[in-house]
Amino acid sequence: MIEGLWEEIPRFFTYYNWVFLLEATGRTLVLTGIGCLVGFAFGFYLAVARLYRGRVFLPLKVIIIFYVEIFRRVPFLVTLMLIFFFCQGVQLDVSVFTVALITVCLIAAAYTAEIVRAGFESVQHTQWEATEVMNFTLVQKLHLVVIPQAWKVILPPAFSFFIAFIKDTALASQIGVVELTYVGKVFNNKGFSAVLAFGTILILYYLISYPLARFGAWMEKKLAVSKH
Amino acid sequence: MPYLNIENLHAAYGDNLVLRGIDIAVEKGEIVSLIGPSGSGKSTLLRALVGLTKPHLGAVHLEGRLIDYSNKRSLREARDHFAIVFQQYNLFQNMTALKNVTIAPVKVKKRNSGEVGQEAKTLLAKVGLGDKLHSYPDELSGGQQQRVAIARALAFRPNILLLDEVTSALDPELVKEVLDTVRMLAKEGMTMLIVSHEMAFVREVSSKTVFMDEGKVVEIGAPSQVIDQPKTPRAQEFMAKILRH
Repeated sequence: MIEGLWEEIPRFFTYYNWVFLLEATGRTLVLTGIGCLVGFAFGFYLAVARLYRGRVFLPLKVIIIFYVEIFRRVPFLVTLMLIFFFCQGVQLDVSVFTVALITVCLIAAAYTAEIVRAGFESVQHTQWEATEVMNFTLVQKLHLVVIPQAWKVILPPAFSFFIAFIKDTALASQIGVVELTYVGKVFNNKGFSAVLAFGTILILYYLISYPLARFGAWMEKKLAVSKH
Repeated sequence: MPYLNIENLHAAYGDNLVLRGIDIAVEKGEIVSLIGPSGSGKSTLLRALVGLTKPHLGAVHLEGRLIDYSNKRSLREARDHFAIVFQQYNLFQNMTALKNVTIAPVKVKKRNSGEVGQEAKTLLAKVGLGDKLHSYPDELSGGQQQRVAIARALAFRPNILLLDEVTSALDPELVKEVLDTVRMLAKEGMTMLIVSHEMAFVREVSSKTVFMDEGKVVEIGAPSQVIDQPKTPRAQEFMAKILRH
């Protein structure tokens, strides 16, 4: 089998296949990157919105809670299918990639909203009270006191979510997005051995997730102990 | 009308009525101490004054103006006049001592940061922490943290300073340094409401002592009178217990 593998390699790593692989890597990267960035930004705002008090904000808060609870509980694939068929149903002319992109953002936002909320709650109530009596605005409370103290609680679960999320984007292959997992299947179908096809994919996934994990560790170090 | 006038103030935590009609008048420059058993509502009264616990009945007038606790603007304006020092200091953990003192004047009151910085250094020196400007709260002892908290409150330039059991969380040997700081403020004529269990200290600094029990004012008067010659059985019982040890 090993001999067969050696024989396959030159045929596998042709210029065309490289382009195919790199394009797919790019799609996986974009899905993960946009999902994490947009999701985190959006999730952050959802967590902040939940802090608003007063009756006026109640309906908004209920919607947010529903959104967060539903999207965290439904499997990725189901959400993906729902959005895929919803777009078809309303005859929205979008590519499968766009459908996948919308899905990752929606899911990442729901997860990060919860992670950020937990981070906010980890900051002692008395810290909030001190800012309250000194007339800090909500933005000042968050920016100056709460967020700097919440990072160390937010970052570790956020990054483990992001890293798990890279793997979840593989499900986008189910609706025909040509990302890494899809390409693995294509090569396999073309007759390349599964070991070679999926082994290559494995290495590429690793190359994406390892730097992200390092980056997370670096951020944790930088932000969590920024006070010293 | 007195400088700060509290009338028939009621406040509750959920169904638990903690303040049941408090009447206290505070003149400018006066130091009013609140004493009484735990659960009598002393801390809640201070928290109610700054709107951390919303009073649901009664009235508080500051400089003759009614504070409307359900109105954001009115509450903000009132909070501008008060500063509260908490039992657990509540310093911002992510900031140095100096930053803790300067943050509100600069960010909330929009004062010049250079000027505030100078004032903050002076205040920290005054409370004996001139050499701890760049220390973080977790690098300071309880007594030092509490003195930073007092400096922070003073930098806010309050008209009335509220001290909520500021020595209760401290080791006995650290109590003195904090009380000395309060004594210094008393000499300077700061208007203060002090919740404290340090009877000797209360007797020494306060111009008026209020004995509270079950959310009501039971006795009010000169400290020598309320502490040493209480009239009501409830106050007599409390003083006997607390002064015995």
